Amino acid sequence: MEGTAVRGRLTWQTATVSQLIPETPRTSTIVFDVPEWAGHRAGQHLDIRLTAEDGYRAERSYSIASAPGEPVAITVERLEDGEVSPYLTEELRPGDEIELRGPIGGYFVWDPAADQGPLLLAAGGSGVVPLRSILRDRERTGSTAMARLLYSSRSLADVIYRQELERPVSGLDVVYTLTRSQPPGWRGHSGRVDDALLAEVAWPTGQDPLAFVCGPTSFVEAVAQSLVGLGYPPTRVKTERFGATGVATGGGVR
Amino acid sequence: MNPLDGNAIGGLLHEVFGTEMTAAVSTCANCGDTGPVAQTVVYLDAPGTVVRCRTCSDLLMVFTRVHERICVDLGGLAALEVR
Repeated sequence: MEGTAVRGRLTWQTATVSQLIPETPRTSTIVFDVPEWAGHRAGQHLDIRLTAEDGYRAERSYSIASAPGEPVAITVERLEDGEVSPYLTEELRPGDEIELRGPIGGYFVWDPAADQGPLLLAAGGSGVVPLRSILRDRERTGSTAMARLLYSSRSLADVIYRQELERPVSGLDVVYTLTRSQPPGWRGHSGRVDDALLAEVAWPTGQDPLAFVCGPTSFVEAVAQSLVGLGYPPTRVKTERFGATGVATGGGVR
Repeated sequence: MNPLDGNAIGGLLHEVFGTEMTAAVSTCANCGDTGPVAQTVVYLDAPGTVVRCRTCSDLLMVFTRVHERICVDLGGLAALEVR
């Protein structure tokens, strides 16, 4: 069934690279033309499959970076010893074809019509990718839900989508914390996200906030635990962990 | 390698069950904990794909791919509710 999208089934499709956008020295956004794309929801991901000439296959999952209604895009962080990400970030050219399947996921998804509570989006590194889809969806749908992005990044230079995030958007504020290096005169937060920072940044629980937390496993565990400690019901803390390897890796993912 | 979570196997689960499964609710046969499959603990690089309970760490599911075939062991589940 490869190459044809059957309703309800998840089938491998051929996508064409339409655009490559460098984001940071280590990350690039890849925009695809997917003829039979069924449409996605904010927060979902897709799987990419590479097949070598000898038939060896590698699969990875990548969060969708674009909003529903926009062309399908992913943002990929290049891992030095990666099997897939060096190819995606360095070898791919517009016009190249690639196999993908999606959209995937029904849990780590924001539905602007169903949920009006304020959004707390917590990103560790490239965990910002699905949250960016949520933010773009929020803007495109004219959602009035307040949103706050807490973005933990190694350095300012590693912040993905920085220009876009620093554009003023009604009802959105962005809080950075830089874990490894801070530029001279940095007035923002430094170090890892901890209880004190979350207590300062997180919406009060009385407002029925909805949290989306995406990043490396250790980041997600720490943030989710802190939020529950602040009184967030576990069902209002949606989490997605990603890691560097795997046959069919996760979430924001690599 | 750090474990991931059930989001990471959304594609695999869709392939096996024919529908979106990360929002499905699993019940651990050992401790009875229930929650979305997305919240389970997933090891992708074990021999096969191993899914464990976030509460008691007991084995919930194992998926092994042999060529074009996927072998599925759901022995650790008391229930799997698709919503």
